[in-house]
Amino acid sequence: MAINWFKYSSPASFYSLAGKMIPLFAAAAVILLIMGLYIGFFIAPTDFQQGEAYRIIFIHVPAAWMSMFLYVVMACWAGFGLAFNTRLSSMMATAIAPTGAMFTFLALWTGSLWGKPMWGTWWVWDARLTSELILLFLYIGFMSLQAAIDDPRRADKAGAIIALVGVVNIPIIYFSVQWWNTLHQGASVSVNQAPAMASTMLMGMLIMVFASWMYSIAVILKRVRIIILERESHTTWVAELQKDGVA
Amino acid sequence: MHHRLLNCNYFDAMFLWIIKRDLLLAVRRRSDVLITLFFFVIVVSLFPLSVGPEMNLLRTMAPGVVWVAALLASMLSLNRMFSSDYQDGTLEQMLISPQSLPLLVLGKTLAHWLVTGLPLVLMAPVLGIQYDLPSDALFVLVISLLIGTPVLSLIGAIGAALTLGLRGGGVLVSLLVLPLYIPILIFGSGAVEANMAGVDFAAHLSLIGAFFFVSLVFAPWVTAWSLRVSLE
Repeated sequence: MAINWFKYSSPASFYSLAGKMIPLFAAAAVILLIMGLYIGFFIAPTDFQQGEAYRIIFIHVPAAWMSMFLYVVMACWAGFGLAFNTRLSSMMATAIAPTGAMFTFLALWTGSLWGKPMWGTWWVWDARLTSELILLFLYIGFMSLQAAIDDPRRADKAGAIIALVGVVNIPIIYFSVQWWNTLHQGASVSVNQAPAMASTMLMGMLIMVFASWMYSIAVILKRVRIIILERESHTTWVAELQKDGVA
Repeated sequence: MHHRLLNCNYFDAMFLWIIKRDLLLAVRRRSDVLITLFFFVIVVSLFPLSVGPEMNLLRTMAPGVVWVAALLASMLSLNRMFSSDYQDGTLEQMLISPQSLPLLVLGKTLAHWLVTGLPLVLMAPVLGIQYDLPSDALFVLVISLLIGTPVLSLIGAIGAALTLGLRGGGVLVSLLVLPLYIPILIFGSGAVEANMAGVDFAAHLSLIGAFFFVSLVFAPWVTAWSLRVSLE
C-alpha cells in the first residue's frame, strides 16, 4: 500500500488534522510548563554566585533558543514553499514568524532583567545580545514585508526570499558582531563563561525548553488554521464548515 | 563557435547598454543624484551640531558617522533603482526579454552605484576633514567606502526588488535592508578605527572584499528572482 505523503499538504485536510493536534500539544505545554516552573522555582538550589536572580534562566534560555530555532524552521518552511510551490509550507512560515519574534523579544527582555542585578546594567553591547537584537529586526522585516503585500502568493514568495537571505546572513552577522565586540569591548562583563550547572537546574531548563516547543507548535498550528480559513474562505469546504457551525 | 561568440558579444552589449541607459537617465534627472549626495553631507554635518564641536570626540566618531550616513544615503536611493522602469513597463519588457535577467540586474546595480555610491566615496574625504581625520585615515575611509558601497547597492537591490510597487515601500526597504548592512558597517568603520588606533586594517578590508565578491555572485540572482516574484 502506498502511503500518500502529500495528503496533509492540502490545506483542507491539514485543517482538520491541526484541529485534532492542537489540544494535545497545548496540554503537553501546560503540563511541562508547570513541571518546569516548579522545578525552577522551588526545587532547583539557589546559585551560590548569583543567588535567586539566576532563576530567570528557566525562561530566558528556552526563549533565546526558540528564537533562533524558529527562524531556521521558518526559513525552511519558506524555502519549501518556494521550491515546491506548496501553499501550506508558506502558510507555516507566516504562522511561525510572530511566535519567533515573541520569543526573541522575551529573550531580550528577560536578559535585561537578568543583566540588571548581575552586571548592574540593563544592556551591554555584547555579541549575543546584539545578534539577538538583529534577529528581532529580521523577524520584524519579514512580518512587515508580508503585511505590506496584498496578494498572498506574492507575500509568500517575497517573504520566503527575505527569510532565506536572512538565514544565510545570520552566521555572517553573528561573527561580525562577535569580532566587532572583541575589538571594542574593554573591561566589561563576559557572558561567555557558562558556569557548571546543577543537574536539577539543567533538568528544569530542559523541561522548559520542551514546554516552549509544545507551546510554539500549538500556537503555530492554531495560527495556521486561521490563515487557512482566511485564504480559503472562497472555497466550498470552508463554506460547508460554516454551514455545519464548526468553524 | 562563431554563433556563440556573437551571442557573448550580444550579452556584453546588453550589459553595457543598460548601464549607459541608466546613466543617461540619471544625467537627465540630475537632481536625484544631488539629493542623495546632499542628504549624505547634511546627515554627517548634523552630528557635530548635536554632540558638540569637541575635536577629539568628533575624530573618534568620524568613521562611524560617515559610514552610517553612507548606509542611510544609499538606502534612501534604493527605491529609484527599479521604480520608474516598473511604472512605465520597461521592467516587464526586461523580464520577458531573452536576455539573462541577472546580468541586466547587475548592470542596473552598477549604474545605481556609479550614480549614488561613487559620489559618496568622492565626497567622504571632505567630510572626514571636517572631523579632523588624519590623512592616512582619510585614505582608509575612502578605500573602505570604495569596496563597501557596491555591496550596499548589491544587497539593497534585493530589498528594492521585493518592495516594488508596495505602499510604504520606502520605509519598508529600510527594515529589510538595514539589518543586512550591519556586517559592512562594522568592518567599514572598523577599518578606519583600526588605522587610527595604529592596528593593521587589512583584515577588515579583506572581509569587505569577501562580502563584495559573494554578493556580486549571488545578489543579482536573488534580485532577478525577487523581480519575477514582484511582477508575477
